[in-house]
Amino acid sequence: MKIPSPEMRWHERIYLFEVLRGLGVTIRHMLGNIARQHEMPTYQWPEQKKPLPVRLKARHRLTLREDGSPKCVACYMCQTACPARCINIVAEDSPEPTIEKRPRIFDIDLLRCVFCGYCVEACPEDAIRMDTGEISVVSHKREDFILHMDFLLRGQGTEYMQPEPAAEAATVKGKPIPPPDTPEEALEGYEAATKPPVPSSW
Amino acid sequence: MAGFFAHAGTAVVVWIFQLSMIPILVWFERKASAFMQDRTGPNRAAVAGIRLGGVIHTIADVVKLVFKEDITPAHVNRFYFNLAPFMAMTVALLTFIVIPIADSLVVGSTTLHLQALKIDAGLLWIFAVASFGVIATIFAGWGSNNHYSLLGGVRSSAQMISYELAFGMSVVGILMVFATLDLNEIVRGQGHLLFGFIPMWGFVIQPLGALIFMIAAVAEVNRTPFDLPEGESEIVGYHVEYSSLKFALFFMAEYVNVVVASAFTTTLFFGGWQIPWLPTETLEAHASKVLLITCAAIAVGAVALAFVSMRWSRSLKALYTDSRRREGDIWAGVLLAVAALAAAGGILVLLHPLEGIAPSVFARLAQAGAFFGKVVFFSFLFIWVRWTLPRFRYDQLMSLGWKNLLPLALANIALTGIILRLLGR
Repeated sequence: MKIPSPEMRWHERIYLFEVLRGLGVTIRHMLGNIARQHEMPTYQWPEQKKPLPVRLKARHRLTLREDGSPKCVACYMCQTACPARCINIVAEDSPEPTIEKRPRIFDIDLLRCVFCGYCVEACPEDAIRMDTGEISVVSHKREDFILHMDFLLRGQGTEYMQPEPAAEAATVKGKPIPPPDTPEEALEGYEAATKPPVPSSW
Repeated sequence: MAGFFAHAGTAVVVWIFQLSMIPILVWFERKASAFMQDRTGPNRAAVAGIRLGGVIHTIADVVKLVFKEDITPAHVNRFYFNLAPFMAMTVALLTFIVIPIADSLVVGSTTLHLQALKIDAGLLWIFAVASFGVIATIFAGWGSNNHYSLLGGVRSSAQMISYELAFGMSVVGILMVFATLDLNEIVRGQGHLLFGFIPMWGFVIQPLGALIFMIAAVAEVNRTPFDLPEGESEIVGYHVEYSSLKFALFFMAEYVNVVVASAFTTTLFFGGWQIPWLPTETLEAHASKVLLITCAAIAVGAVALAFVSMRWSRSLKALYTDSRRREGDIWAGVLLAVAALAAAGGILVLLHPLEGIAPSVFARLAQAGAFFGKVVFFSFLFIWVRWTLPRFRYDQLMSLGWKNLLPLALANIALTGIILRLLGR
């Protein structure tokens, strides 16, 4: 299909005045941005953190029971579901009489992980979550990217939702941040959204 | 002997200026383009927390380019391949030396020309040497022994040769008006006033010539919108096979060429070292007064900028925790020191007015400052145009050069001749 181009006037056809108009547009943007740099849309990461969406799939963590033992029962559901085969679990007997197994080794290779979140979906115990808000995982060594169980259990999660300690966090781009949800509130919302409804016959 | 030192000193000043303009233009290119497109641009690389608004990135770039592996592919013609980048840079640096940076200085019986190479045919020197740049391009394209390089080289040389015609023809008008090829004489001729109040700068008496010259100059130095030789979306151009410092030489030659083209534009059409309404004699007569005003202006400007830095410092401290948080304070201190120095200089001038040879030297320094200021502005104009206009298509480029600019340049010559005849010159 031929798209008809608009008829150009003589001053548009000689292009010169349009060039001047274009120069005006660019210099207006440049001077305006120099004068009002703090209003520019860029976030100066990592000093200026962009608020992350609550459902973002970030680095994993393993959750704990009330008594402090890992919730994981080493059922291998996440390892089976993982399309990148980045989870490695070795099970052992659990000392608790009501629980059959617990993991002896629970490794996640972040260099293989594709952050699909299938492990979280597969977990029947809500033992693995991806709510730490850690989106920049960096190191100089490959070994550092294989996360072991003690590290995964220590990651408390929801770090990014907690109010930051200094007064620095009071503003983002000149506007006050809305008061962040407390971790408990955020977790409640997260659990309600991710957990399947429990049948009443259980 | 003094004359030799004047030439040598000017050459050193001019070359240092050209070479130090490279990082500044690269910085302009990044930062100005960023602000024009609503981005912030480079602001990370720092030396002890001083970031200079991103200038330090250019130093990081240079270090990177110097230490990268210099690969010479096996299939190239080594002689032409190695010659081309050095030739491009040499040609770029050689053209500038005929341009006067200030009026000639008469000391006793000798006249010092503040022009590295004082020849009567300075205008011809520019065109003669500048056309060697095409040969560097052809060498690079041919010597690389690569189809893309060759296409890029051929396209580039075709473009440069085509626009050289309009480039040369647009200057003929200036030549007819001032009736000389000596660049210093041309600049001095632009110091007169038209109708008693308009400075007789080249673009006032030759508006069409100035326009054609500036368009052709953009094409001549291969900048957008005429940057087909390096059209990265179509073919990469004549420097595909180059790496490391050889690529850097092409890259730097482009910026030096921008500076040179700006210097020609300034010299021929925007009054060279002339400060409007202040010819050399007036400047020498009122040197103390002008210096005093300059000092006052610098002091006031520096204090104003220091206040801006202090305000900026507060936002830095809210944002950073490392050494960068001190940058605003450091700048405020430096600017206040500059203001204090300028104020002290002003008081000194007030107590001891300039006498003897000092007013003449000051006048030359002021003229050199005006010249370099104009050159920096026109260099910025190149960058400004680059980030405004899209690239021309090859046929559009050729038709603009041959069917529009060349006939217009010829018409300009005829028109200038008729007007000069009517004015009886």
